[in-house]
Amino acid sequence: MKRAVKQLSKPPLRLDEIALQADDDSVEKWDLRLYVAGQSPRSVAAFANLKRLCEEHLAGRYNIEVIDLVKHPQLAAGDQIIAIPTLVRKLPQPIRKIVGDLRDTERALVGLQLRPGKS
Amino acid sequence: MTTKSTIDISNGQPALPKAPTGIPGLDDITGGGLPKGRPTLVCGSAGCGKTLLAMEFLVRGATEYGEPGVFMAFEETADELTKNVRSLGFDLNKLVKQKKLVLDFVRVERSEIEETGEYDLEGLFIRLNAAIESIGAKRVVLDTIEALFSGLQNEGILRAELRRLFRWLKDKGVSAVITGERGEGSLTRRGLEEYVSDCVILLDHRVTDQVSTRRLRIVKYRGTTHGTNEYPFLIDEDGLSVLPVTSLGLLHTVSSERISSGVPRLDAMLGGEGFYRGSTVLVSGTAGTGKTSLAAHFANAACQRGEHCLYFAFEESPGQLIRNMQSIGLDLSRWVKNNLLQIHSSRAMFDGLEMHLAMIHKQVQESKPDVVVLDPIGALIQAGTLRDANSMIIRLIDFLKVNGITAMLIDLTSAGEALERTDVNISSIVDTWLLVRDLELAGERNRAMYVLKSRGMRHSNQLREFLITDRGIDLLDVYVGPEGVLTGSSRVSLEARERATALAALQDAERKDRERIRKREALEAKIIALRKEFEIEDTESVLIASQELTRQQRLEKDRSAMAVSRQADQLAVSIPPRRKQSSR
Repeated sequence: MKRAVKQLSKPPLRLDEIALQADDDSVEKWDLRLYVAGQSPRSVAAFANLKRLCEEHLAGRYNIEVIDLVKHPQLAAGDQIIAIPTLVRKLPQPIRKIVGDLRDTERALVGLQLRPGKS
Repeated sequence: MTTKSTIDISNGQPALPKAPTGIPGLDDITGGGLPKGRPTLVCGSAGCGKTLLAMEFLVRGATEYGEPGVFMAFEETADELTKNVRSLGFDLNKLVKQKKLVLDFVRVERSEIEETGEYDLEGLFIRLNAAIESIGAKRVVLDTIEALFSGLQNEGILRAELRRLFRWLKDKGVSAVITGERGEGSLTRRGLEEYVSDCVILLDHRVTDQVSTRRLRIVKYRGTTHGTNEYPFLIDEDGLSVLPVTSLGLLHTVSSERISSGVPRLDAMLGGEGFYRGSTVLVSGTAGTGKTSLAAHFANAACQRGEHCLYFAFEESPGQLIRNMQSIGLDLSRWVKNNLLQIHSSRAMFDGLEMHLAMIHKQVQESKPDVVVLDPIGALIQAGTLRDANSMIIRLIDFLKVNGITAMLIDLTSAGEALERTDVNISSIVDTWLLVRDLELAGERNRAMYVLKSRGMRHSNQLREFLITDRGIDLLDVYVGPEGVLTGSSRVSLEARERATALAALQDAERKDRERIRKREALEAKIIALRKEFEIEDTESVLIASQELTRQQRLEKDRSAMAVSRQADQLAVSIPPRRKQSSR
């Protein structure tokens, strides 16, 4: 986790396809994609929060892909990104989107459907 | 509309740079277009044409003004948009291929989105920026950005970000159109007018008496004068057109050229030459008095001169009109075939007044006719209120006059109403008013016509009967009887009586002539007889005279012979020369 945060803060941002994949194929695989714009504090915070969250709840069975829209603006259309940062849960289906820096862990977990939400 | 703006913005100061919309009429009332390099808010309720206005702004910019554009849609996909505007003749796919247009659909789905913590709309900025940079766009449309409010919960962030967005658009120098849904008591539901303050256009879709009309109003436009009225606009197969008709003045040029009404004897009533070109002629009358036939004659005459005629029929279909006119010997179909005559039929109540006005405007601008017939204008009242119909027709007349088009308006006077008034109260603004009416006399109903007024020309004051024959309309001579003007069989009987009298007079004259000839012949015979008598007497007197001479000579001879024989001196003295002569 620390390593990841360090990487994020190091220019240029090079976080693409940090694979922390599970060895065991039998468990549900989580495919997450985080859209950021440059190295804004919000982006950095979002990645840090996401990392922590995944380690706590999805250890060994997740995959985070970070996409920097400043570098790849054309990728924004694919997942209909308007807000930054946005986390997209590609797998498991259905697609879920969580916007914001994931500061509120409870809500993030609800958003990722890792915890039954109030709604 | 004319390219010349009706609003004077050139008062010496350099005018605000404008991005022309290319929408007929809108550039007139905005004095050249939307503010260049600034955002414009277009607001209105659902279905009033916001998206189309925005799209046309982009398409015209790309095709006519060399300004590529980005359309960011929040409600419709690129595919849907392309399909929707294809009916307006815009081929978005082609423009996209030519790199003149970018369509970007932004989907914001509340159910998919969870918010946690802070965020901003940088993603939107990046997308928009990428789209702008990809084709060097000068125009941007955000339709409808309010969709963000339904997709994202944090209004505080949204508002801050929107403010930043419009600031950013200004800094980019793109002319942007932002659409917004009309809200209760405010221009937009989410108060977008707070952020976009340079130019606000309000579209309205109003239903009065079950007839809907679209209207456009410029609520504000900083740094420039603009038309402030509500202008009707129209969406049809060529896109939008706004009608700045109320900005028309009375400054049209007039023509002193005269054109025929199509009925030679009617021309004779109108100073011998017919109507003025560019004037407005009103034909009013009760049902079945031949108003449409008159109009058809007028149209026919125009086509015969090789002029273009637009005939708006609100009660008959083109086929019906042509067939009916065929029966009075007018072949309108040949003019339709060679495009001199265009007949547009539509029921008046199908569309709103403004729609009709817009449609007429459009048709007139497209086909540039010399002559326009509206049959009947009273039908338009059904499409709106009397007051609206009145103002619409006045605007229409102004519009036709400005374009130098001669117009014939047909008005049906309802039975029982005063003849010399029109349902739409336009009699004071028409130039020539022909009144056709029924004359009920001796158990018959006959048609009569008179020129109630005709400005600027000497016109007949006679009430003339007119017949609709299988060779067209014929105006007859005036027959005035003891009860007034005679028409129909009264006229026919008067005509017969007059014929009988004339015949009697003729016969009388012939008889007198014969008498005269006979008298002369008698006189001449007498003269001959007298002359003969005289000749006899004359011959006789000559004979007597010669006999007398002979007798006297003989007497003298005898006397001298006697004297010789008597040797009388006195006789010798009396005739000495003869003797001398004889002695010599």
